[in-house]
Amino acid sequence: MAVVVKTYEPKFWDRFYLPAILKGLAITLTRIFVRKDTILYPEHKHVPAPGYRGLHRLNKHADGRIKCVACEMCATACPSNCITIEPSAAPWDDGEERYPIKFEINLLRCIYCGFCELACPKDAIELTEVYDFANYTRDSLVIDMDGLLEVYEVTSQGSIYTRQNAGQPVKVAQQL
Amino acid sequence: MSEALKNFGVVKAEEMVLNMGPQHPSTHGVLRLRIRTDGEIVSHIEPHIGYLHRCFEKHCENVTYPQVIPYTDRCDYLASMNNNHVYAMAVEKLMDIELPERVEYIRVIVAELQRIASHLMALGAMGLDLGGVTPITWTFRDRERILDLFEYTCGARLLYNYIWIGGLSHDLPPKFVQYANEFLDYFEKQIVEYDRILTYNKIFVERTADVGVLPVDVAISYGCSGPVLRGSGVNWDLRKNEPYSIYDRFEWEAAVGKGEVGTLGDCWDRYWVRVEEMRQSVRIVRQALAQLPKEGDVHAAIPKKIRPPKGEIYFRAENPKGDLGFYIISDGSPVPYRLKMRSSTFCNLSVLNEIARGWMISDVVAILGSLDIVLGEIDR
Ligand code: SF4
Ligand code: SF4
Repeated sequence: MAVVVKTYEPKFWDRFYLPAILKGLAITLTRIFVRKDTILYPEHKHVPAPGYRGLHRLNKHADGRIKCVACEMCATACPSNCITIEPSAAPWDDGEERYPIKFEINLLRCIYCGFCELACPKDAIELTEVYDFANYTRDSLVIDMDGLLEVYEVTSQGSIYTRQNAGQPVKVAQQL
Repeated sequence: MSEALKNFGVVKAEEMVLNMGPQHPSTHGVLRLRIRTDGEIVSHIEPHIGYLHRCFEKHCENVTYPQVIPYTDRCDYLASMNNNHVYAMAVEKLMDIELPERVEYIRVIVAELQRIASHLMALGAMGLDLGGVTPITWTFRDRERILDLFEYTCGARLLYNYIWIGGLSHDLPPKFVQYANEFLDYFEKQIVEYDRILTYNKIFVERTADVGVLPVDVAISYGCSGPVLRGSGVNWDLRKNEPYSIYDRFEWEAAVGKGEVGTLGDCWDRYWVRVEEMRQSVRIVRQALAQLPKEGDVHAAIPKKIRPPKGEIYFRAENPKGDLGFYIISDGSPVPYRLKMRSSTFCNLSVLNEIARGWMISDVVAILGSLDIVLGEIDR
């Protein structure tokens, strides 16, 4: 049994608690005159700092071809094994010989560590600033190549949150 | 006199078993406490853990050394930077890696900022458990500024994956030093405000002074560490006692409980140690920012192939919640053969039955809050 020792004796006035409550209220009251720190979330969104690690995207070359060469370096570096790639011979003659016909990322398994981005020799995969892609079904959170390219189209035009805050409806991908 | 007459008018409470948690708001996560009570007095407490077990240690045997780092983030998720730091230092010691000066300084800066963030959470949550709703909104506001700084530095707000074996994932962004200094100027004033609204608030003091006294011998025999141990008056801080990284270069004092309002080692002392530690962390960060070398490549010392030599290592360091240790056995392959994590909060929680017996159920909430547990680290 723990030994119960009492050394703290509240003074007579402390026993009323009212002074303590009033003092606390006085401190909180001063806060009214300070700039508020909260934002109204769904209407106003936090714009992450550059380099934020959110939803992935697959980059394209200027001529519209996908940068990825299906080398699977990202899948090897991934600690949670959430990237699935199916390589195939590229349909174009010049340039890279391989490209992915299937590129899937399981966003529920992904831990957003950013290792895939660093492992990629072609700067093809990149993490974007998108953070609000919660959804209702598990299937919709396994994003495929079309989805990842769509994310690229939308996010390469500047921060989606500054655009949303300015009142433009922006959707990152059909699937999400 | 018959038996019935003798007991007439005596209210005898039967012993009752009460389950607190796993969804109880004051158990700080998914902890279940099985409390045997006598009336409202606690006669025995048994913490049931394991609801957040994610096989961290087994998982580490299947991923390479650098890939372990994002998983260490998820152990004590309120102090991810410190977890990264300790793990990275353990592997570096195993591999004998010399770090550039700049890396060491940046590591200390982020680790101490993280310590402040973790303590802010502890203070706010403890105040909330005891019925003070305002302090947590204030501590969260200030913690948010630290998270903003981290987001700016490494792109994540909670699980950073920032400190790597042999270096860092990114260098500090431009103007970081200025922003950090601005934050510290702002934050020092806030600590005074916490003192006014919570630390020396009479209601708070009455709920925590003399409650749940942890005697030194019990604390040591249970392996308590961090603010819980220092709250009992033991001057044991690994940053001072076994200086690692570059902590011996700064001027600061370890915060040790003094029994200012009640008995030494009560809930208030454990709380106060955290407040004082935030002040000391501010001092350390200020000095580190001032001495930060301008030049240095944070990727210079990262080995191309991370394959530690055959051998084993135990390395421990001071986390916000206590001593965090990593025991790693390497068989020369790129994957750890075995990784054991010694978590501080596990030991700190185990002392609960010793110190909460004899107190009321409402005091258990105060005691648990003062232990500052994180279930992610207890269950791993
Ligand atoms: S962010 Fe990490 S977990 Fe997610 S896909 Fe990339 S490597 Fe895998
Ligand atoms: S995204 Fe990069 S690393 Fe991954 S397969 Fe494509 S080119 Fe290779």
